[in-house]
Amino acid sequence: MSLDKEKIKHVAKLARISVDEAKVDSLTKDLNSIFKFIEQLNELNTDKVEPLTSILNQSLRSRKDEIRDGKIREKILKNSPKENEEFFVVPKVVE
Amino acid sequence: MVDITNQSLNDIIENIKTKKISSTDLTKAYINNIQSAKKLNAFVTTTFDHALDKAKQFDNKPNFDQLLPGIPLAVKDLFCTENIKTTAGSNILNNFIPSYESTVTKNLWNNGSFLLGKLNCDEFAMGSSNETSYYGNVINPVGDQLVPGGSSGGSSSALAADLTPATIGTDTGGSIRQPASFTGTVGLKPTYGLCSRWGIVAFASSLDQAGPMTKTIKDCAIMLESMSGFDEKDSTSINKKKEQYSKNLKDNIKGLKIGIPKEYRVDNMPKEIDELWEKGKKILKDLGAQLIDISLPHTKYALPTYYIVAPAEASSNLARYDGVRYGYRSKQGKDLIEMYEKTRSEGFGDEVKRRILIGTYVLSSGYYDAYYLKAQKVRQLIKKDFDDSFTKIDAILTPSTPSSAFKIGEKTNDPVSMYLNDIFTVPVNLAGIPALSLPAGVDKQGYPLGLQLIGKALDEQKILNIGYAIEKNCRFKNKIKRWWL
Repeated sequence: MSLDKEKIKHVAKLARISVDEAKVDSLTKDLNSIFKFIEQLNELNTDKVEPLTSILNQSLRSRKDEIRDGKIREKILKNSPKENEEFFVVPKVVE
Repeated sequence: MVDITNQSLNDIIENIKTKKISSTDLTKAYINNIQSAKKLNAFVTTTFDHALDKAKQFDNKPNFDQLLPGIPLAVKDLFCTENIKTTAGSNILNNFIPSYESTVTKNLWNNGSFLLGKLNCDEFAMGSSNETSYYGNVINPVGDQLVPGGSSGGSSSALAADLTPATIGTDTGGSIRQPASFTGTVGLKPTYGLCSRWGIVAFASSLDQAGPMTKTIKDCAIMLESMSGFDEKDSTSINKKKEQYSKNLKDNIKGLKIGIPKEYRVDNMPKEIDELWEKGKKILKDLGAQLIDISLPHTKYALPTYYIVAPAEASSNLARYDGVRYGYRSKQGKDLIEMYEKTRSEGFGDEVKRRILIGTYVLSSGYYDAYYLKAQKVRQLIKKDFDDSFTKIDAILTPSTPSSAFKIGEKTNDPVSMYLNDIFTVPVNLAGIPALSLPAGVDKQGYPLGLQLIGKALDEQKILNIGYAIEKNCRFKNKIKRWWL
């Protein structure tokens, strides 16, 4: 199958990446050559194969649900591009 | 005066222990080298004051019983370092200063070393030539037109140019072993779960592993011992007793069974790669190992599988970069959605965007079964190939890469040709098993070539031992002239 420009714009929307109109053509070309390469997998019959969901020979551990730290609001906000005292600030969402 | 910086980590440690050199003088020697090697562009950030402070502290109160006593180390800029900028080679993390330290770097510091600086890498570790970094290309010290490999290209370049006595990288599809091969150095990707992923900027979580990059196999054993270990903060960390890789290193490999997979002889492989492989086989045979022809029939499907699994996981991991809590935020965008879209468009480079789009597509409604599920099934087959082989052999010998280091710009216009660089390294990540690359020869231009040793899960000691034996017998010597001075 091949990816057309509309499909790529749709996927970009899903990924929350705005794509420059001038770059759509070269992106379409690159992605199609990658998908052509990926689709070699269709040569293989995998009907009876179980998907590999974990590479470890152990199950994931769970930990106790307990508070181990906290009171680090300043640390968390330190890297924020925009903050207002105790909050992260984003463009207005509700009028 | 003897130049300490071109010695192995092990020799440097001996010099520190016998007080032939102080940690301060050692650190100054590296700082001097780094300052005169700006042309290589291996560093994103340097932490000289911090390093000199730590060196002084060590010299005032030395503890020689540690694995890395008073040793300055530069690390890939994918490891979060407390209060020191961590960029992952991306514009989107241009101003990110972690308030925590990755477990792996913390382990290194707890063993007596300290940070010298942060090394350039491909953006979010996505690349095979260090040409996708927001902070510019890194140059291979082997030649001024050559890429250092990727994604740990700053690491391989800095190591080969004597800007750090050893270093660490991360390997998702070959990002430690391929740059090691391109620069005539040693690189090891450990078993998935041996080194904690906590505090490492995530690319593809089921494939990512941190590992050592060093000048010798002995150094590699020392570094692996220092950085590995169980970590409860990583739910995929393996809880097992710590190994003493360096103490247990031995070069007697008599009677070991080494698999030679026929699928690794690919079309158009340069003659020199084939000759290197033959050389490796002969060394092993002469040392009493037994060579066994094996088949890993799904090898050719490893790269296509990887280019579904890795972008899928990346698209999910990189969803966190939204310009709200940390990192770059676009000044444009009149509402929240547009702010996200502009931030991610301006913050990520082309290769990262490409992979996010691939990942988003293969996980999207209506395509999941055809791509992602299919890839998970083929991944099972690739893992089974290795599992079946390891019932009759101890390790596998292959070339590390299908070519030596290539020129800057040579492969940037064709993503698939760039991806093919990782053809011999990717299967190992998909199977979660360990592999190392060690330098074993040069091509006709004099560029280094590496051999890869693949082991079964948690069998790092064995591949280190085999590597140690090859290293002693192939007498590879990296002939790097400091042309950048």
